[in-house]
Amino acid sequence: MGKTIADKIFASHLRDEPFEGAKVLNLDRVLCHEITTPVAIADLEWRGKDRVFDKSKIKAVIDHVTPSKDTKTAIQAKMIREWARRHELEDFFDVGRNGVCHALFPEKGYIRPGFTVIMGDSHTCTHGAFGAFAAGVGTTDLEVGILKGVCAFRHPATIRVNLRGGLKPGVYSKDVILHVIAKLGVNGATDAVLEFAGPVTEGMSMEARMTLCNMAIEAGGTCGICMPDEITADYLWPFIQDEYPNKEAAVDDFKQWHSDPDAEYKQILDFDLSDLEPQVSYDYKPDCVKPVSELAGARVDQVYIGTCTNGRIEDLRVAAKILDGRTIADSVRGVVSPATPKIFRQALEEGLIDIFMQSGFCVTNPTCGACLGMSNGVLAPGEVCASTSNRNFNGRMGKGGMVHLMSPATAAATAVTGVITDARTLLSRV
Amino acid sequence: MEKIFKGPAIFLDRNDINTDEIIPAKYLTEVTKKALQPYMLEDLKLDGFDPHGDELKNARAVVTRENFGCGSSREHAPWVFEVNGVHTIIAQSYARIFRQNMFNGGMLAIELPQQEIDALFELGKQGTVTLNVDVDAQIIHASVAGQESEFPFEISEFDKALVKAGGWVEFADARY
Repeated sequence: MGKTIADKIFASHLRDEPFEGAKVLNLDRVLCHEITTPVAIADLEWRGKDRVFDKSKIKAVIDHVTPSKDTKTAIQAKMIREWARRHELEDFFDVGRNGVCHALFPEKGYIRPGFTVIMGDSHTCTHGAFGAFAAGVGTTDLEVGILKGVCAFRHPATIRVNLRGGLKPGVYSKDVILHVIAKLGVNGATDAVLEFAGPVTEGMSMEARMTLCNMAIEAGGTCGICMPDEITADYLWPFIQDEYPNKEAAVDDFKQWHSDPDAEYKQILDFDLSDLEPQVSYDYKPDCVKPVSELAGARVDQVYIGTCTNGRIEDLRVAAKILDGRTIADSVRGVVSPATPKIFRQALEEGLIDIFMQSGFCVTNPTCGACLGMSNGVLAPGEVCASTSNRNFNGRMGKGGMVHLMSPATAAATAVTGVITDARTLLSRV
Repeated sequence: MEKIFKGPAIFLDRNDINTDEIIPAKYLTEVTKKALQPYMLEDLKLDGFDPHGDELKNARAVVTRENFGCGSSREHAPWVFEVNGVHTIIAQSYARIFRQNMFNGGMLAIELPQQEIDALFELGKQGTVTLNVDVDAQIIHASVAGQESEFPFEISEFDKALVKAGGWVEFADARY
């Protein structure tokens, strides 16, 4: 029997199997942010073990609340900042250089095919887009990762998700993943890796693949994963060009991280996407999803474009195209947060920031902020937000608030009208 | 903090109770576990549930349904149970990260088949159910209104080792 990518990464990183089924892996990356790391730092100090296993493999950022909004968040920022300095971490991103972790770290070239990655953040599954095994963990796993460079997992099953049929104009990877989650359910992939394949996946940019993998956790998945290919090599080329004679050699090398044709899957799901409509979530679970036509006309108070799901340059381009020459409805507050400084600058240079501002959007610095109701766009009770984020739990963006998940195109169109709107009805230029 | 696997149970009759309901993100700015104590299950959407009521205050175990603890990786969710003396969760299934976080902290996230979970909920209708978990024997002793019943369960050797060690930091530090 052949192996899946996840099987191959597990085999190559296995450090120990203290009991049957418990696999302790060596880690290539331990990623840290200011919300879940400080308690690990404090605990290591308390234990007299304030050390790091490898200062080049641990990367840290302040992204959830930044710049700090109050004394408590300032203390969290201070804790991770001082910790990063005292251990001389090679890469730590503070105010002005910081961005949403799952956009920033890939952009810096830190994630490579075949890597093992953990972070105290459930959307760490995003990094599987590079053919890595990347899993969200709690603070205790993070703490052991920081100290020892290992993490324990049950060997995950793999669910293959074949995406084929081609997407209609105006339909994006966000719509695809919402549709897939609706089919799987919020626990359909628990303890499993979601392996995205098929021609639609192969045709997607790294940004679009990250959007897919980002939401694997919303179906319970340990990690989303895509096979690394030419598109992966193109994206990583500035960071790997000294390691390979040419791009073809890199692509060839990446093939060691492809699933075998006879690999064993827990489940194989086949999606023909040729008739897929833009998708929007309703209610308070990410598997409650309907075509936009069934939710069109529902009033919203705020539109939020950004986050680790859809705050990348392609997302901003799509939204700006719809907003160009239009103003958003008086009843709506528009908030856009480019996910990293690089994306922000690129959006400035391309004129996208100007379009957002002309249309009436508030442009914030890169931060996770509003997605989890921490800052920069928290909802009041009874308010509704059209959001490009990944989670619509009760109160997620503020106590008593409600969230509709959607693509940047649908969000932008919704901002223009003030009610949930199919972007394709506004424009022929989606 | 020593973990205690016995005491009155509270029954949360819903699937997919998520980490934002267990501990809303606005409290994640705390940097000590203790500071989380007042906020356990503050945003739980469940008819008749009172996050400030005596039933929750007295609870030392939670019995619930499928996919408990889904969503965020925040260990603040197990911690808010820990600092409130709730060291045992019994559910039909868990989200992976939440479950691992419980055992990583030396606490119990026990899985039982639906039939057994149903039986526990039935007991819950008769009054306050007191649970006593024997980790070595892998048996939950339940008593209500003078009646005793037993629910055998399975956890992996690794999970048991984590509970015995007091958590993953202790286990890993001794071994790696």
